[in-house]
Amino acid sequence: MTVATKAPRGRPLLFTSYSREMGLFPTTTRKVAFGVLLAVTALLPFMLADAELQLLATCCIAAIGAIGLGLVTGYAGQVSLGHAFFLGIGAYTASVISGDPDGRTLGLGVTNLLVWLPAAGLVAGLFGVIVAPLATRLRGLYLAIVTLGLVFIGAHIFNEWSSVTGGVGVGRPAPTLEVFGWSLTETTASATRDQKLFWLMAGLLLVFALAARNLARSRVGRAFTAIRDRDIAAGVIGVNLARYKTIAFAVSSFYAGCAGALLFTVTGFIEPSSFSLLLSVQYIAMVLIGGAGTISGAIAGAFFITLLPRIIRELQAFLPFISTDANEVPNVLQVESILYGVLIIVFLIFEPRGLFGLWVRARNYWKSWPFSY
Amino acid sequence: MSSFVEGFLRGIGVGSVYALLALGFVIIYKATRVISFAQPALMLAGVVLVSHLAVPLGFWGALPVAALLTALLGLGIERGAVRPMIGRPAFVVAIITLGVDVAIRVVVNIFIGLDVRNVHDPWGLGTLVIGDVHIEHRHIAAFLCAAVLVAGLFAFFRFTRMGLAMRAAADDQEAALAQGVSVGAVFALSWALAGALAAVGGTFAAAGGSFDGTLWLTALVALPVIILGGLDSLPGAVVGGLAVGVAQELVATYQNHTPWLGGNVSVITPYVLMLLVLLVRPYGLFGTREVERV
Repeated sequence: MTVATKAPRGRPLLFTSYSREMGLFPTTTRKVAFGVLLAVTALLPFMLADAELQLLATCCIAAIGAIGLGLVTGYAGQVSLGHAFFLGIGAYTASVISGDPDGRTLGLGVTNLLVWLPAAGLVAGLFGVIVAPLATRLRGLYLAIVTLGLVFIGAHIFNEWSSVTGGVGVGRPAPTLEVFGWSLTETTASATRDQKLFWLMAGLLLVFALAARNLARSRVGRAFTAIRDRDIAAGVIGVNLARYKTIAFAVSSFYAGCAGALLFTVTGFIEPSSFSLLLSVQYIAMVLIGGAGTISGAIAGAFFITLLPRIIRELQAFLPFISTDANEVPNVLQVESILYGVLIIVFLIFEPRGLFGLWVRARNYWKSWPFSY
Repeated sequence: MSSFVEGFLRGIGVGSVYALLALGFVIIYKATRVISFAQPALMLAGVVLVSHLAVPLGFWGALPVAALLTALLGLGIERGAVRPMIGRPAFVVAIITLGVDVAIRVVVNIFIGLDVRNVHDPWGLGTLVIGDVHIEHRHIAAFLCAAVLVAGLFAFFRFTRMGLAMRAAADDQEAALAQGVSVGAVFALSWALAGALAAVGGTFAAAGGSFDGTLWLTALVALPVIILGGLDSLPGAVVGGLAVGVAQELVATYQNHTPWLGGNVSVITPYVLMLLVLLVRPYGLFGTREVERV
């Protein structure tokens, strides 16, 4: 069978084969845009200050977690409020493996990133598989509440198991960013810690995002969307519901585990009460505000939510009635929390496709300009 | 033995609060097929209103007024955030109520402030002693109040026109519409009822001591309760609430025997109980099994 791999000349949007339409970068424009984005990312550390780079590195890690939640909630349609639990599992697996064996908290002393990162993902993925039987039996809102229960049970274990987590208010050091004893984030003459940190996290995000996109356009990804659109119909056409829901939870938890392991390397410290319901809500907000069912939407949402405190702090200069003092009303923190809630509501009511939908609207407007359709 | 009886009775008292909160969830779910994650915010709003109004009005004056105002807040949420979403998937609406919850709680927390607040209830930590069993007054009051409200609610659903309309709308919205039932009014009333129940339940949860912004976590315990009882069963909410309350307090009584589980393991008992029940009965104890059509 011959497969047409190129678009007919001058007609980039005419797809002559299914495999080309399902391609990773179906049009030349996409390829060029992706290349430009890569170049900008590579050069960004030379243009921004260290504090901003640190923030952007955090965004990249959050994006990995959001992609994971996007796979199970956006693609497979299984609402999970339990993402904080899986992030926590990943964070503690990684920090135990990489921790100091003689330290106050449990540690195995294997500081290699190539060991603790996959291990964190796999352990979290394993927990995802353990939870999955519940997911295959339950649907919709029942599942949301059960995963919410997971967060509470997890929070209790994290708070109480102080030989691993260090206990509430104390915490433990985050895993070390090393590969075979060679530090990935040491400040050298050529680059500062934060520059290296950004490159590392952006690189990891690239790997995870491409892997997720590939999964989404494969047989597995199509099974996910079939389950999301109508699970019974999917079952009727031969999608094994139990199997694919389990895969969705396993992959999503793997991503969450990896993101959790990396998330605290930026600040260097893990505090057990971080893994609360609020963290889960933030990730749900990332997926929904970014645009459910798209990888780029999840990334955009993660950047938006993570940058939100910073954006508000910038806006504060123009809105003097918002105080930076935590004892005054209204202060920056309150505005930030309200905005999480209000943004979720506004996006779901007015643009259910999220930031990705806004982009599609803008693109279509200019594509067909001056016509309106 | 007396510690078992004490734990059990304390559980009934705490469980009555859970039952009231859970009834709110179930009423909203039956009418609109949505789980409202905004209940914690409604509850906290009600409690804060009571604590502010109790100074001029007294506790018994403040409670109905606060319940009424919280009912209005529930109505506002229904009109502003839930009504525009009719016809959209249930989980989207649920997430919207989650957003409402986050936003409202920030505003309510401003009114809690940094001071120690209490609801000025008449019971405090006083106890009734029968033999060698101590029962706290506030638990008796919570149980009695819940009993009256539950009886009133069941009578309302059974004997009034509006109650009949609500049952009809829960059964089949389109058929109810065709019979002239105003489904919009049913939605509005169910949110108002849930708001009032949350305010009363929250007030009893806060009775006997001081409260702060973390009280909202109490309302979340109603989620395992409704899963346990079945999402669409009013008796299930009551039975589930009492069961969860008793289980939680009995675990609290005996948790010293299992130090390896960590302190305060009773806090997560409802969630563990929920997971166990769901493994056996996915639709809860009294819930109706959904019949699916492709």
